[in-house]
Amino acid sequence: MSETFTFVIDDKEIEGCFGQTILEAAEEAGVYIPRLCHLKGLTPFGSCRVCTCMVNGRAMAACTQPAAPGMIVENASERVTEIRKSLVEMLFVEGNHFCMFCERSGDCELQGLAYRFGIAAPRYPYLFPERDLDASHDDIFIDRNRCVLCGRCVRASREKDGKHVFGFVGRGPAKRVQVNAEAALAETKVAVTDEAVAACPVGAILKKRTAYRVPVGERRYDHEPIGSDIEKRRTAAAE
Amino acid sequence: MGKAKIATTSLAGCFGCHMSLLDIDERILELIELVDFDKSPIDDIKTFSGRCLVGLVEGGCCNEENVEVLKSFREHCEILISFGDCAIMGGIPAMRNTIPLQECLDEAYINGPTVYNPSGEVPNDPEIPLLLNRVYPAHEVVRIDYHLPGCPPPADTIWEALVALLSNKPLDLPYELIKYD
Repeated sequence: MSETFTFVIDDKEIEGCFGQTILEAAEEAGVYIPRLCHLKGLTPFGSCRVCTCMVNGRAMAACTQPAAPGMIVENASERVTEIRKSLVEMLFVEGNHFCMFCERSGDCELQGLAYRFGIAAPRYPYLFPERDLDASHDDIFIDRNRCVLCGRCVRASREKDGKHVFGFVGRGPAKRVQVNAEAALAETKVAVTDEAVAACPVGAILKKRTAYRVPVGERRYDHEPIGSDIEKRRTAAAE
Repeated sequence: MGKAKIATTSLAGCFGCHMSLLDIDERILELIELVDFDKSPIDDIKTFSGRCLVGLVEGGCCNEENVEVLKSFREHCEILISFGDCAIMGGIPAMRNTIPLQECLDEAYINGPTVYNPSGEVPNDPEIPLLLNRVYPAHEVVRIDYHLPGCPPPADTIWEALVALLSNKPLDLPYELIKYD
């Protein structure tokens, strides 16, 4: 892992080492590549495609593509942002995302991305799918209306908690997160302290009795766009 | 040259977005310098007196009357803005979109735990606008030029948008003025 090389993101030279993905190398250098299904510490999944970059002229997922010497990566260009915007818009219309009453609003990564991209309304028609909610567990509930199928709970439960509580079932529009029990969440081994619960980027898996604790105006994405923390590292390093 | 005219309406909304419009506080005096209100609940004018420069639409379409009003706004307004999450994505009224209409009516008038309705009748007077099969965002019914999200959109968002449009400047909202809640 010690051998380093350079590649280029948006005309800036970035240092990477073998084994790193484009997204990881960029993040270390203080370049934010928008992402949703990626979570540090989990196996890269590449399902949401929000981290799509043009790599040597081809669209690739930065979270799964290993960085390589001499790569030319296009990250913040207009055409790449346009791809990401339409992906986020599709995620909004294919679920039931009622931000106005969602406990996660202001702290939601999907919403944060939409804010960052300045999306006022999606260009696609809303599907209003029929999804269910499982509130059987004492401390946790899962609202599939808000699920974006990022698989972060699935991976965190398997890799961090060692429990395999969540998994995917079905294909295409019928794909959904299922729990490892005959009937409901209450019958699984999931605990409120599990990494899988904390891993959800949206309001799909939430802890009960914790909602609306942070006042409007003090939430994570109220004043600063998602990714600002990573970008600040670059400015700090430059000074 | 006369002042520009502005029209507003609340379709399947709660009037919260109109409250937010009033929340521009004393700037409403400046707004009155810039525009005349035409058809709007703010001045209670019921019909269009002519063409308007800007139309503000709150709420989506849940019944046939909403569709009619929205279409007449499109006909009469140069620039049509949907403001608020209900106009943009259906909002709270759209929570019924995953439930068949008949089930919604049965729950509201027959089966609901607090319903007292001995006749078991569901209101069906010709005077009552017919409900649509589901709630539609405004831009799925007519062409909409601008969207101002929020529940409600912050007063500053509405103000910035109106000032930009009335002074022929591009509408470029800062990060903090695009919010979905």
